[in-house]
This record gives sequence, C-alpha cells and structure tokens, in this order.
Amino acid sequence: MKKDDVPQDGNNMHDGQFRQLFYATDNTGQYVQVNSVGWEPENVAMQQAWEEINARVEKARAQVVAGEISPVAYYMEKNIMDLPLLASYVGKFQWQVKRHMKTSVFNRLSDKMLRRYAAAFKITVQELKNIK
Amino acid sequence: MDEVLEVMSDTQFHHVQTAHCESGVISNIFRHYGLQISEPMAFGIGAGIFFGHLPFVKVNGVPGTTYRVVPGAIFKRVAKRLGVKIASQSFSSPEKGMQALDRVLEQGRPVGLLSSVYYLPYFPPAYRFHFNAHNLVAYGKDGDNYLISDPIMEQVTEIDPKSLAEARFAKGFPAPKGKMYYPVEMPKTISLEQPIRDGIKQACSDMLNIPLPMFGVKGIRFLAKRLKHYPEKVGDRKAVLYLGNIIRMQEEIGTGGAGFRFMYAAFLQEAAGILKRDELSALSAELTSIGDTWRNFAFNAGRVCKSRTANNISYAELSEMLMQCAAEEEVLFRKLSKVKL
Repeated sequence: MKKDDVPQDGNNMHDGQFRQLFYATDNTGQYVQVNSVGWEPENVAMQQAWEEINARVEKARAQVVAGEISPVAYYMEKNIMDLPLLASYVGKFQWQVKRHMKTSVFNRLSDKMLRRYAAAFKITVQELKNIK
Repeated sequence: MDEVLEVMSDTQFHHVQTAHCESGVISNIFRHYGLQISEPMAFGIGAGIFFGHLPFVKVNGVPGTTYRVVPGAIFKRVAKRLGVKIASQSFSSPEKGMQALDRVLEQGRPVGLLSSVYYLPYFPPAYRFHFNAHNLVAYGKDGDNYLISDPIMEQVTEIDPKSLAEARFAKGFPAPKGKMYYPVEMPKTISLEQPIRDGIKQACSDMLNIPLPMFGVKGIRFLAKRLKHYPEKVGDRKAVLYLGNIIRMQEEIGTGGAGFRFMYAAFLQEAAGILKRDELSALSAELTSIGDTWRNFAFNAGRVCKSRTANNISYAELSEMLMQCAAEEEVLFRKLSKVKL
C-alpha cells in the first residue's frame, strides 16, 4: 500500500479518540508509518457486529419483559458475554447459569447469588431485578 | 513516602505509538532498557506473521480467524533470541497482583501488563470487546492512578486502579491472571543478524510446514473453501457476520494493515539492510503487493457485507481472491525459505 493510498474514512467508531497506525510505502518504496482515522470495509464490519449485538440485547429485553427468561440472560447479552464467560465470572457451572436464566429459578436465587451476578454485570441488585 | 513518590513520578517513559500491542510493547519497553528495536523488527524476529482459521473456536458464535501467531509467542521468542532475561509473574488474586505491580513501579521499572480491552476506559467504546490478550505498559503512578503507555494509542494515558485491576483479572479465555513482565537483564552486546535468521526460518516453517489444514498457507485455502459455501450453510445473515469478522481480524486496529503483511514486509526491508541481502528487499516488495491483494479482498468483502445480498457469485469470487492470496503467499514463503542468509 502506498502512503497516499492509506484510507481516511472517518466515522464515529473511533470516537475521534485515536488514529490507528498503518505501514505503507513512500515514493522510493521505503516503509513509513502513517496514521489513519479508519477504512470503510472495517467500519462496515464493525457496525454490523454491533447491530447484531444490539439486536440480541433487544430480543433478550423483550423476552424478559414477557416473562420468558430472567434478567441474567438479558444482562449477559448486554455485557457481550457468552455462557462460559459469565459462568466463570460468577464461579458457577454453565448448566447452573443456564438454569438461572429461567424466571422461576431466578426468583428463588439467594441474595448472595444475586450480588454475584450484579458484580459481574457491574450493576446493583436492584438494577438486576428490574431491568430498564 | 514523599521521596518514593517523587522517584516514581520521575520515571520517564518514551512512548511511541505502534500498530500492534505485543510487538509495540516489546519495542517500547526494550528501548527503555537501552535496546533499540523497531516494531517490525520485533515482529519479524518473533516470527509473528501467520494465518489460522479455526471454525470450531467460536467467538460470540463466529468462527475465529487469525493473521498472527498465538498471543505471547512474539514476546517470548524475541526475548529468547536477543538474550533478554524477563521476569514474568501471574497472580491468584487482584490484591496480590496490584501490590506486586506497585512494588515494581516503586523501583522505577516500567512493566508490561496483560489485560482485557473490555475494562480499559480510555478505549473507544466500539472497540471494547472481551479480548483478553491486550498488552500495555504501566510506567508509574500519579496519586492512585496508573500512568499507562498503551502502544496502540497516540498518547500516554492514565487509568484508575479499579479499572486496571478489572482489566488485569478479567475472566474468560485466556484469563490474563494479572500477568506482568519486565526485563531484568539486558545482554551486553546485541547482534540482530542471527535472531533475524531464526525468525525468518520459523515464519517460513509456520506458514508452509504445519501438517494441519487450518494453519499457514493451507489455512488460507481452508478458509477460502469454507467461505464459498457460507450462504447456503449458515444463511445470509450469519454469512455476513462471518465475513465481517474476517475483515475485522485483518484490518482492525493492531495489524498495521493487510493482516500484518505490511508490517512483515517492513521487517524484510529492514532485515535486508542489516544482513546486506538484496533478495530480502525484493521479497519485501513482493509481500507489499500480496498485502494489496489482501486489502482488495477486504474491500470486496466489505461491499458484500454492506449490500447484504448474499448471491453465491459474490462469495465464490471472494473465495477465489483468497485462493489467490494463498498462491502468492506460498510462492513468497518458498522463496524466502531458500534465501541464503
């Protein structure tokens, strides 16, 4: 890639916070470092990854509101976690966390367990029980 | 205590922005201890260039693709090949890990830390995924806050102790377990010649000789064959996500462009000067053009993602482009492995 061809397709993904570094060649073929605010294909891919996450969060929220699943499932999506990751944060087996995603089981959880989930999601127990 | 604080704030750290965190930390921290080594040189000596496609290792439901060797390997190899002695520690609890960090910083030693980007508040929110193998340097304290030189950032920054502890002790795979590392003994004289030869030899072997279909040049073909059938296998929506992930692994912050291919080409160019081998300059130029082929693939993949029209022709074309990358890289690494160094 030539120095002058380093793309500068800005979008909001970088938040104006930084410019990433590329290696590109100058007129004599020597490698130099060039800063870039972004590139369209990567921006598109990134945006779609977030759209997917947001869609999953919204779906989980609707299911919690409908009483189909517990808030544990919603906050897991919201924190971009998957089952193995959440299980390791709360120190439980995956099948146990999966059980906690049932509303009936969630409603019987001990305060201690609720606090563990709240800590993993960095929210209060109150926020865990009542999703916004 | 006042005196200690003063000593700590006196620790000067020369921060230079780099493309990739691991080779960047090597370059920045070794320079502090008197060893000048550029990022591409660290990347090359550490044989960082690679390719792997692991359909069974899924991250958020998407198959993993990598353009580099496993995290930590570059650092280990560079230290070994240059004869730098590294102290490296992991911890069972955040308290122990943070205390140990404080003790090392009090001695005025900048230290490399493994961390999860999800908990780094200075990262743009869009980039904060649960990626646990990010490297950064802590070089001092300002009150309770830690002074941070994160190699992919333009400037140095600060982080509060709570966030840093969360980032260092994130759960998941691989768990960083508060890993910290710093050089304790630098070699008296440095010669880059032999480390460069060893690094090139290993990179060629990794790209050409691993007897598994997922890795090296074979891995590129493996991905090409699978990618061709994404729409019919997993459906349009997922196919786009799979494709998007390949683009991101190739072009997202950290690779220097074209999935580390440009960085490795920069290494070959520098190596040509040190070893006085013009062949390496020619191969550097060739790899630059292969990098452009990769960029062309990403550009077209991005268009498919954007239109979301999964007509099978587009995926077949993208597959062809990957086959082209594989063919060109095979030729390049075969030539490279035959250069008399």
